[in-house]
Amino acid sequence: MGEFTVHRVRFFHYMPSGICAMAFNRRTERLAVARTDGSVELYSRTDHFFQEKVVPGRQQRSIQALCWVGKRLFGAGLSGEIAEFDLDNLRLKFSQDAYGGPIWSIVCNPQGTHLAAGCEDGTVKLFEILEDQIRFERNMGGQKGRIISLAWHSSGTKIAAGMIDMIKVFDLDSGELRSRGSRMQQSQECVVWSVLFLSDIIVSGDSAGKVKMWDVNTGTLIKNHQVTEWDVLTLSVSQDETSLFAGTSEGTVVQFQLLDVVLGQEEKEWVRTRTFKNHTHDVIALAEADTVIISGGMDTQLVVRPLLDKLDFKSRDSSLLKILFPQRSLVSCAKKAGLLLFQYPTHLELWRLGDTEGHGPPGCILPVSRNPEKLLHLKIKGEDHVCCSAVAPCGEWIAYSTTSGIRLYRLQRDNKNVSITKVPKLPKVLRHAHQLCFSPDSSHLYGTTSSAVHVVALTSAGCKFEHSLKPNSCVEPFGNESQEISDGKFLASANSNSEIHIYNMHKLKAHCTVPVYRSGVSAMGIHPETNNLVIVHADHQIFEFSIEQMQYTDWSRRVQKEGLHHVWLERDTPVINVTFNPQNPNHVILHDSYMFCIIDQSLPLPDRKSQFHNQLTLKSLPEAERLKHSHAFKECKLYQPLLCVDMLENQSLVVVERPLLDITTNLPAPVRQKKFAT
Amino acid sequence: MAALYEATTLCVLNVGPGGSDSGISGIEPSADDDQVVVTDSARSVTVYKVSDKKALGSWTVKQGQTVTCPAIYNPQTSEYVVVTDSKVIRVWKDSDINIDRAFKTTVSADVWRVLSVPDSEPLVLFQRGAVRRLDTLLADPQQPVENVLPEEAVIRYKASSRTRWSRDLWRCSKGETLLLMQRRHPDSAARYRLEGGEAPLSCSALPCDGGVRLFCLYSSGSVYESVVPIRGAGGVVEEVQPLPRTLLLNLPVGEGKLESASAVSLDDAHVALVGVPHPSAGPGKDFLCIWNTNFQTLQAAKEMAGRIYGQLWCSCGKLYVPHGKSLSVIPFKCQKSSLAAAMGKLRQAGIPASGLYTSVPSWTAATPDMRSTVRSIASAEEVQKKVSAFLSNLKNLHVIQVAAGGLASVLVSRCQEQPGFYPHSALVQLVHSQCLSYSVCPHLLTLALEKKDYALCQFCLQVFPDIPEAVACSCLKAFLSESDGTLDTVSLERDSVAFVEGLIANSTQEGGETQQNGFCPTTQVEDGGGGPTHTTPAVLTRSSMPLDMKCPVGLHKAVLLNEILQVAYSDCFLLLHLKTLSAPQVILFLQYLQFLYGKYSQDLHTQVSALRSPAMTQILDWICLLVDAHFTVLVMAPEARELLSHLHKVVRLQVKVFSELGKIEGCLQALQKAKQSGDVCQYSIEVIELF
Repeated sequence: MGEFTVHRVRFFHYMPSGICAMAFNRRTERLAVARTDGSVELYSRTDHFFQEKVVPGRQQRSIQALCWVGKRLFGAGLSGEIAEFDLDNLRLKFSQDAYGGPIWSIVCNPQGTHLAAGCEDGTVKLFEILEDQIRFERNMGGQKGRIISLAWHSSGTKIAAGMIDMIKVFDLDSGELRSRGSRMQQSQECVVWSVLFLSDIIVSGDSAGKVKMWDVNTGTLIKNHQVTEWDVLTLSVSQDETSLFAGTSEGTVVQFQLLDVVLGQEEKEWVRTRTFKNHTHDVIALAEADTVIISGGMDTQLVVRPLLDKLDFKSRDSSLLKILFPQRSLVSCAKKAGLLLFQYPTHLELWRLGDTEGHGPPGCILPVSRNPEKLLHLKIKGEDHVCCSAVAPCGEWIAYSTTSGIRLYRLQRDNKNVSITKVPKLPKVLRHAHQLCFSPDSSHLYGTTSSAVHVVALTSAGCKFEHSLKPNSCVEPFGNESQEISDGKFLASANSNSEIHIYNMHKLKAHCTVPVYRSGVSAMGIHPETNNLVIVHADHQIFEFSIEQMQYTDWSRRVQKEGLHHVWLERDTPVINVTFNPQNPNHVILHDSYMFCIIDQSLPLPDRKSQFHNQLTLKSLPEAERLKHSHAFKECKLYQPLLCVDMLENQSLVVVERPLLDITTNLPAPVRQKKFAT
Repeated sequence: MAALYEATTLCVLNVGPGGSDSGISGIEPSADDDQVVVTDSARSVTVYKVSDKKALGSWTVKQGQTVTCPAIYNPQTSEYVVVTDSKVIRVWKDSDINIDRAFKTTVSADVWRVLSVPDSEPLVLFQRGAVRRLDTLLADPQQPVENVLPEEAVIRYKASSRTRWSRDLWRCSKGETLLLMQRRHPDSAARYRLEGGEAPLSCSALPCDGGVRLFCLYSSGSVYESVVPIRGAGGVVEEVQPLPRTLLLNLPVGEGKLESASAVSLDDAHVALVGVPHPSAGPGKDFLCIWNTNFQTLQAAKEMAGRIYGQLWCSCGKLYVPHGKSLSVIPFKCQKSSLAAAMGKLRQAGIPASGLYTSVPSWTAATPDMRSTVRSIASAEEVQKKVSAFLSNLKNLHVIQVAAGGLASVLVSRCQEQPGFYPHSALVQLVHSQCLSYSVCPHLLTLALEKKDYALCQFCLQVFPDIPEAVACSCLKAFLSESDGTLDTVSLERDSVAFVEGLIANSTQEGGETQQNGFCPTTQVEDGGGGPTHTTPAVLTRSSMPLDMKCPVGLHKAVLLNEILQVAYSDCFLLLHLKTLSAPQVILFLQYLQFLYGKYSQDLHTQVSALRSPAMTQILDWICLLVDAHFTVLVMAPEARELLSHLHKVVRLQVKVFSELGKIEGCLQALQKAKQSGDVCQYSIEVIELF
């Protein structure tokens, strides 16, 4: 295969934000996750929790609660506004002030007609959901004490509200207070962080670390479970109300199940059954999705824990899944100039890679003759966070987009000085882009919106809008997920419905579409020489589509016929990037968070029985026998976790690593726990 | 060993103007050991009783006259002699009250010093180098005095030995230091030139076999020794001979040079120094130190408060040091040094000075009186009482070390002289004080062996750090040849006995199968063949060693043998002496060692706790040594065959265990390497190869 010089970069200080709210939509099987930086991510339950969409965050937006109403997603936070997210254009659709101070919780009724918001001023505000807006209907309550948590009874007539030291139950028909819980804790203030309204009882989780079951009508305590010494922050119940979960400040998730007291008899009781400990910090949000329990919290990772009693056989779904890194690339690489552009939420950093004059045997670290250099620290204007960014291959252009606008900069470098000028007069159609990319010769900028691909020509004088490309068959708007450009002739763009459109850039018109596959497109790339489009889906299937012949290539057919190796298919992080080796047209370079892999298309595919990770075996074999044992997938796990792998023009690899330890040391301290012998 | 006892202040100094002069010109011994004559540099002479710190008499010359030489006591006539105004010799007795009324005579030349010579008439040394006997001079005071020294020479030091010697040292104006040695009976003189050229700060002399040993302290901190030969024939040798010198001590001086310092040789191995900094104390502090010139070790040190004048006298086992505003008397004691004791001292010097010199209530009780008491008391019980009282009185560890050593040797020599006398408990107490070492009292252990005092032997073996291999071996022989019956009557230290009891009790348990955690090896593979076995070494040990092996020796013998095992030794010396063991002794000892090894490899010893127990390596080393020493005998002896085959198995097991450990070590090293390479900084360029 050969030797590669690897630039091992660890100075991208990517820091994920903590998870503060979650909502699972059982109908569409989508999970919405809100983070502390105000961004909202959408994961597809059916597609191995593939991250389909990201609504970028905004400064001072804090989301305390998320709520699905049909296919619409509402969120509310401490700014006191209720907002709906536009999941097609990946931005806010509207937001409306509830005029009740910070909102701690929103729920919708089972019928999907009303929203209830729990406010700081102690009122529960009811909103009617209309098309394209919500309308205030009435207030309930209104005494002192903020409303921390809300739960709507399945009949739609009662709402339970968790407050400080008490739980109130409102009757919607009469609009009056039905019952209240007695003071919960004698000695100190007790915050009811979470309530659940089951058909006959109310369950509460509080800051005293207790999960309590209350009688709805009398307001008396039925059962008290001390779960932790710290807080119980969140509760979640299964749809059939037989199993419920509680997330605590210790990072544990505790399961309760409604079980027969005596086998075969009617009487049932909530019994604490299992405890999961997958988090180091507070578990703030929980969602139950049939066979899995999803938890997230301050330690920024999304943990999908399968409930093995609901699974019948071992599959990819039955293993624990931890999602920590973004499933899109935050790094763009100028291959010709050797520059790296790092995308942070509020700024961009441009670095020039170092250089070496040394040569050495494999495994050695070469002396660095020129250190990497930070050329640029570009702060974002406005409060919106960056949603995408790109650097041109020649290194002279930088573009980024927020939900409110696109900015293009021209970068001039002489020996030491770097000067940057903003390019004025960007076309008005190009107000917001999901993806930005430059043509390989850096002469054009392409930006995709939900409906079209816009082409902007770049000259030294400025920029000029050229064309807008729309797919032939496009009827309804769609969110573009990723796009790739080849030698300038073809451009491919994929949306979240896994549709891939290919445009001919010379003729400036749509060329063809690729047959739709059931799983989302996680990465794709067009080969610069052969114009073959390599597509990797979230379920790790790989297709190669010949654009010129408008059909799958022979290699792709062989892959589908022989099947990919089960080790490859069982990987739990999706492939983020596809790139090619300019020296060897047979080499396709893929990477996910924990490995990168060079596929040599000239070699046979691994069959089911062969060893997939065979690098060590091959290393120990004499050179003559290697070829006999080698297969197409050359996997390398030396560097992880990976945020980017790319190949420069001089055939050296760039890997951007983000060590887990650096992330965990930057997290706030977890609650103190007594450990044995400390 | 040498020790300095608690200092007492004899008198207050009459410090001269500017404080550079101590005001004392000399201290000389007086009528008995407890009295000294202290001569003021101005006008007075005082006789002190040292133990009482009391002046017995004081004489002052008239105003206008000065005392120019320290007064001496002439024991032959019980008279004091002093020179005033360089030419007037005055002689008086204790009974004289006024010195002016005493006998005086004027001589024709300036007198430099009057020297007292024991058992003989004092000598008068004139400034120009001539020497006369006092009686002949007094008979004819105006007799002419010849010039021995050249014109420009000045006498700087004088030193006299107790016999017939008188040496003068003078300094030529050319800067050379010349030594003039004058001898009486027959009269002779010789001149020597000291090597180095530089003038010494102070000088002292001691007689030795071939002549006189001269110790000179130089301002660089070096102490040189020169041996001045005695010339058999009389006559005056006029030409100057070179005098070779050898470096005895090179003392740490710090920055600069010594200014006022003084050295006095106490015996052939010890030098007392004042004005030389303590090697581990900070600057600005003055110490009186006793150095051992044989080992170059600091033996004792005492901080002297106040200013030091660089004066030091030694008389009758006491050092006299003027410092600050007082004259201190410090009794000292020099003993023959053993290396073991000498090694220990510098370490102790690190202890803060205040802690080192705790008060000794009565140092007179601790010194020679005690020896004579011990020598004379008849019964052993009395001795024991005295000794315990003595030891309880002494709190200073260092002083005990010296005193206990002396006491023990006195007791031992008395035991050797009087066969009926044997103070067992007193000796035990002395050994228990932890202050003895073998070299301090070499005959104690052999005496104990002779008297079959095995309890004392055990204590000695435990306490002494420096038992020679020959003695250890003779102890071993004695223990092995003694019958178990005799030994069992001896009362030994309880802890060691309990340890062996525990071992033996474990061996008599049912098969010794009790295991922690209920572990019980199910496969007892007999490791007979040479083929590879896959059981763990622990199981193999158990299977190849007979578990029900009985202790081959009696309880008390085992205790004593354990003590031998823990004695420090050097194998090449021990090997020689081990060869003197007889074959049955060797086999018995080997059987015992094998028994111990068996117990140890079953981990049973960890269940028996003891303060002192032989280590596994000690046991294995002794097995190796014994087999080395008696290999041919063992091979030939039929009764040793079984023993040898067992030992062979033991060795094979050990080799196996160690080869496994070696493999583990390799693995661990590889792991460590792998870990080191994982440490990466923010940016690096690496080369990888994919296959």
